[in-house]
Amino acid sequence: MKSMTPKHKIAILLFHPLLHKSRVNRELIRAVEDLEGVTLRIMYDLYPEFSIDVEVEQEMLLAHDLVVWQHPFYWYSSPSLLKEWIDIVLQHGFAYGREGKALAGKKVMTTISSGGKREIYKEGGIRKYTIRQLLAPFEQTVKLCNMEYLPPFVVHGTHLLDAQGISEAAGDYRRVISSLRDGLFSQEELQKYEYTNDIIQQ
Amino acid sequence: MEQQDFFYQALVYLLAAVVSVPVAKRLGFGSVLGYLLAGIIIGPFVLKFIGSEGEDVMHFAEFGVVMMLFLIGLELKPNLLWQMRRSIFGLGGLQLILTTLAIALVVILLGQTPKEGIAIGLMLALSSTAIVLQTLAEKGLIKQASGQASFSVLLFQDMAVIPILALLPLLAGFHPGGDPAHAEGARQLLGRDITGWFQVGLILVVISGIVFAGRYLARYIFRVIARTGLREIFTATALLMVIAIAMLMNLVGLSPALGAFLAGVVLANNEYRHELEADIEPFKGLLLGLFFISVGASIDFNLLLKMPGTIVGLLFLLIGIKFMVLFILGRGFGLKSRQNTLFSFSLAQGGEFAFVLVAFGLEKGVVTGPIGGILFVVVALSMAITPILLLFNDKVVEPLVVRNQNQPEHDEIEETDNPVIIAGFGGFGLVIGRFLIANGIKATILDDNPENIQVLRKFGFKVYYGDASRADLLKAAGCSQAKVIVVAVDDKQKSLQIIDLVQRHYPNLKILARATDMEHTYELLKRKVDGFDRDTFESSLQLGIKVLNQLGYQKYQAHRLARAFRKHNSMVIKELSQHYGEDEKKYLSETKKYASELEEIFRTEQDDVSHHTDSSWDVDSLREEIREIYSEMDKEKDILPN
Repeated sequence: MKSMTPKHKIAILLFHPLLHKSRVNRELIRAVEDLEGVTLRIMYDLYPEFSIDVEVEQEMLLAHDLVVWQHPFYWYSSPSLLKEWIDIVLQHGFAYGREGKALAGKKVMTTISSGGKREIYKEGGIRKYTIRQLLAPFEQTVKLCNMEYLPPFVVHGTHLLDAQGISEAAGDYRRVISSLRDGLFSQEELQKYEYTNDIIQQ
Repeated sequence: MEQQDFFYQALVYLLAAVVSVPVAKRLGFGSVLGYLLAGIIIGPFVLKFIGSEGEDVMHFAEFGVVMMLFLIGLELKPNLLWQMRRSIFGLGGLQLILTTLAIALVVILLGQTPKEGIAIGLMLALSSTAIVLQTLAEKGLIKQASGQASFSVLLFQDMAVIPILALLPLLAGFHPGGDPAHAEGARQLLGRDITGWFQVGLILVVISGIVFAGRYLARYIFRVIARTGLREIFTATALLMVIAIAMLMNLVGLSPALGAFLAGVVLANNEYRHELEADIEPFKGLLLGLFFISVGASIDFNLLLKMPGTIVGLLFLLIGIKFMVLFILGRGFGLKSRQNTLFSFSLAQGGEFAFVLVAFGLEKGVVTGPIGGILFVVVALSMAITPILLLFNDKVVEPLVVRNQNQPEHDEIEETDNPVIIAGFGGFGLVIGRFLIANGIKATILDDNPENIQVLRKFGFKVYYGDASRADLLKAAGCSQAKVIVVAVDDKQKSLQIIDLVQRHYPNLKILARATDMEHTYELLKRKVDGFDRDTFESSLQLGIKVLNQLGYQKYQAHRLARAFRKHNSMVIKELSQHYGEDEKKYLSETKKYASELEEIFRTEQDDVSHHTDSSWDVDSLREEIREIYSEMDKEKDILPN
């Protein structure tokens, strides 16, 4: 079974400026780094001076079917390197525009860790907006590039999470990533859920 | 004629060493066994190149032990020695007393008198400082728990030699004072008799003199000598110091080795310590080698052949007794099983002092002639067999011990050494050093400009004087423990020399180098160092950014252009370095070389440096596309009926 070539190639781009202090993201990465068909890119290691190599990144995108943007949820958004990456890698004529169809059909998923619990990200809740609403700019970016935006993988309440909780989340993450790699979820099924976490709870 | 004789002897000893030691090392036996075998081969029993003069050589070569203890002292800071006091006096003292008693008991059971028993016990309780420490150092075990314990015991034995020499005549029934033979025997080792309080006072004066001179004067003397820039004078000073201390110790009646050790400890905090180590090391090595050869040559194989059973039996009895005592004590002093077997095997032989003591005992009539002869052979054989015992421990005993433990035992590293070594501490290395220290990272700094050292020391840097392109100095600076070496010297020849040495001897040490010009850069690429930076590149580029700013470029724009240029530059270097490797003939003269290189660089400059990042933000193409779309929509509007 192991030697079976994976159905989808996955690139996980980790954007974490303080990886040495990370508790959650480091464990998530550890849970998936050995998976076949999964490429891991530690972006702040690759571009500590923000001098992102556009050619290299575009080639990387072409070589994969699913791209995961993994990062802590800073100010209801991403660390700044991901924004820089979106700004300069998703070029007009490559990712979008009349001629820009290079990424068509590919998928993008966001993986975030958030200090707040899931309950507070509700319409009318303390944070007023849901995670999905706050991620709208990313979703829209992906759609403009003719790609499909999957429900995010979210680890909530990280400040309160103990080692046990973190390792459970990491186990879920491994199952989600390997299932996506093997194409186990149908498109319609996936879009029924708010988070990809939810689908494996069933 | 005498000169001829000297050269002949030198030829024999050196040839024996040069041939046998590499072979022994290759076979995994270590240098000590190689030297001993060389001695046996050129000795009176096999090739007969050397005869009885071998004993004189041995006495001369014992000075190697003095130097070794000086070097060990240099490695040992005073506070570390103080921490070892329990192990020196407790473990060392008990080892000597218990081993003496155990051997005495066996000797008495074998039919000798109690006095002989005690005398022989004292002679054989001592171990061989030379063999043990040289072997442990070669295996890098000195700083482990077993090495430290072995060292403590040996140090105590060194101190005990003087009282033992005083005790032996008593055992023979003589009165020690005023006996000419005693004075003669003692002089070999320690000068004259210790008589009265005057002598004790003298010893105290000399020791405090050494401590004072080492603490306060040595620094100034070395600085003056170092300023001359003459290496050999520095070496001469170092040798002079060790010899002077040895003679001074003889004069007041202390062991020269002990005195040298003390001087070493006093100088352990001196900034010229690494240089001293590097200077004395080769002398020590050669003298010890000579010593081991002469031990090998002195083994009386005729006697061994005459009574093989007796001698081999006594040999194993000796090693057995010493091993047992050491093993029990080692356990009592908290050595874990693996460390303890190593410790016990290391010290289970008789030592070089036994030769002196046996000779002395023969003179005094404490032991009889035939027994003296047997003792000589047994001790020499026990020394020769030590490397083999350690090999046995390594290959047979240790794997057994480890297998019987649930978890592998970690080696205890007592002294943490600096993780970074910076070779060359001019302006370039200084910034790196400051950056590391600002982040709480300790670095050992090697520089051969003594003027610099003064200034830096004033500001609390730990700087050592020395030429980093010497293998022995790199070793002394701790290359085997460090993680990274920064080669920041400005002489490119020296830089490459250091890198070659490090790559050959310390393959695990990461090398980061300062590149001083294009050719140097190519050489660094060829050597696949772990990282390098052209020393002028970054600062030139930063100033280049400021030039663009002055011409009206936005700061961030100039910054991004510099970023693109940096990437372009590393590509150019890689490309050019391939040419460099292909045909070096292409570069005929320095000037021509530079010109052709420059031309090539400029040519690539013209067509590259495209700015991808600009097109991401400043999307002319997008604007165009949208205009087109809207105009098409307008056209359609025109067609549509209102």
